[in-house]
Amino acid sequence: MDWMKISSALFLIAMLVFIFPRMREAVKHSPKGSAKDWMGFIIPLVAVIGFIILLIQMV
Amino acid sequence: MYQNQSVMTRSAESVLATSKVLRNTYALLSMTLIFSGLMAFAGITMQIGHGTALIVDIVAIAMLWFVLPRTANSAAGIPVIFAITGLLGLGLGPILSYYIAVNPSIVMTALGGTGAIFLGLSAYALTTRKDFSFMGGFLMVGMFVVIGGALLNIFLAMPLLFLVINAAVIMIMSGFILYTTSSIIHGGETNYIMATASIFLAMLNMFQALLHILGAFSRD
Repeated sequence: MDWMKISSALFLIAMLVFIFPRMREAVKHSPKGSAKDWMGFIIPLVAVIGFIILLIQMV
Repeated sequence: MYQNQSVMTRSAESVLATSKVLRNTYALLSMTLIFSGLMAFAGITMQIGHGTALIVDIVAIAMLWFVLPRTANSAAGIPVIFAITGLLGLGLGPILSYYIAVNPSIVMTALGGTGAIFLGLSAYALTTRKDFSFMGGFLMVGMFVVIGGALLNIFLAMPLLFLVINAAVIMIMSGFILYTTSSIIHGGETNYIMATASIFLAMLNMFQALLHILGAFSRD
């Protein structure tokens, strides 16, 4: 295993350590979304997926 | 009557403050994107290697975590955000050189695609004025899982897992664009430097993920 892989792995571990407390806080304090709220997120997401499929067909 | 007038004045002030944050965010985002693009070009012409790019990225992320939050409320935040975005742009050098050598249209398509997705999602958040604050926990968990998956794939080196991770990155970064834009509109984010950093990172990650996906499905 070369030093690039080890450095990348250490970098990602540091990211996980840094993000974990923020993730826990965000999960604890985020308001709950209703089904309607989630639909408001899913609709643009489906549009993004469709757009990416279109881009894949272009290249 | 006086109370109503006071509420209306406060509401008008709040709307003005929100539009000012939004205007400043988009102005700073445009400038940092141009600067980052120039630095990416410098990275390509200087032919920096993957090792240098990794070091540059680590320095940029360290600045993002430890320097930016301490300077974002002062004028010192501006050079710091330019330094971070410039370093991240420079770090793109090797990956861009690789895809330009394989098929330059992949880079242009990924660039245009990222821009179009950003504009579409921002327009959606701005016109519908939906509150996406409920997504905060979901997005952070998603990011944690994606980083964990990327860590695992350093050792497994599975092409399918690589594609799944990149697809997930695009979805999560789309969510972050909606979340940050909505947060500015609803007054949750009042610091335009932090808002710029958040949207810039979402766009950069989305661009890289899109590059990998288009590269994987390209006929070249």
